[in-house]
Amino acid sequence: MSATLHGKDAVLAEMGQHPAISAVMEKMPDALTDARWDREELTLTIAPEKLVPVAGVIRQAGYNFLEDVTAVDWFPAQEPRFQVSYHLLSHARKERIRLRVMLAASKPEVETITDVWPSANYYEREVFDLFGVHFAGHPNLRRILMPDEWTGHPLRKDYPVEGYR
Amino acid sequence: MAVEPDLKIELGKQGVFVTTLNELYNWGRRNSVWPMQFGLACCAIEMIATTMARYDLARFGAEVFRPSPRQADLMIISGTVTKKMAPQVVRLYNQMAEPRYVIAMGACAISGGPFKQGYNVLKGIDRYIPVDVHIPGCPPRPEALIHAFMTLQKKIEAQPLTGEARPRHLNAEAQGEFPVPVPSAHDLNPPVNRLVWPLPAPNPGESA
Repeated sequence: MSATLHGKDAVLAEMGQHPAISAVMEKMPDALTDARWDREELTLTIAPEKLVPVAGVIRQAGYNFLEDVTAVDWFPAQEPRFQVSYHLLSHARKERIRLRVMLAASKPEVETITDVWPSANYYEREVFDLFGVHFAGHPNLRRILMPDEWTGHPLRKDYPVEGYR
Repeated sequence: MAVEPDLKIELGKQGVFVTTLNELYNWGRRNSVWPMQFGLACCAIEMIATTMARYDLARFGAEVFRPSPRQADLMIISGTVTKKMAPQVVRLYNQMAEPRYVIAMGACAISGGPFKQGYNVLKGIDRYIPVDVHIPGCPPRPEALIHAFMTLQKKIEAQPLTGEARPRHLNAEAQGEFPVPVPSAHDLNPPVNRLVWPLPAPNPGESA
């Protein structure tokens, strides 16, 4: 297998039999917008509106454990600006994959995956607190690290690096 | 006011013990400083090590870590004080009974340390409460904490019981309650306590 595979077509050509990819391509092929195999890591870019059903499909495919939810702010280099990453682990296959959704700066919102993995609750609160990404349908979307009175989301690239002193 | 050392030794040989009330009072105070059981970050691990058998802070009369501020004499600020935690630290200090002392332990507690440039870390607890001894280090070794403790003992020993320099618990006019900062949009409000922080605060206009 090649060391790096850039783009959906290259990944599908070489890794079409991968359980996560084949499950997604079988059940909802139009949800997969991009893919990449790099440094032994597989990243699947999912259309934001289809994230929750795709998460369900991939969980069914054996990726049972949600390890982490985090985000990247690509400001000012890229639009869509926010990337929310979900790191999944399959205990049976001893293997990880990463799902990501790209969210526009004008409306950084994606549906919560707490219905698929309840453990996403605190992770999504953290991403909301520090990046200002809203998770629609989240049971308790409040700040988790910063004080409740705080304004702004400190890990956004346009937040002053040293804060407001 | 102190008794002359030579005379004291000479009298001691004769079986006569001479002292001053000041000396006796401070001797008792400095050998029973009870710290508060209160750790904030990694420095707390070194503080715990200091109390354990190898370093044995009990030799200095400080083995009793009290879990209540009402029973403690010494607050060891052991670690990073975040802006979220700072109001609780000041509140705990307010709840301690006089006489009370503060050791700021480690780079974070005295200045913000490696996190000074961060948006969420208080740049030194001495902005809100009076600190008696600062120890640098990241984290300071137990020896450094013991040194700070001995420095505090020397400070207590040297305090006169009357006059301008008397300790706060003997001065009815002294301030007992320190204002607790409240969290606001980007920082704590007020950003410093003017009564204990004489230096100008950076960018005072931007706070609030």
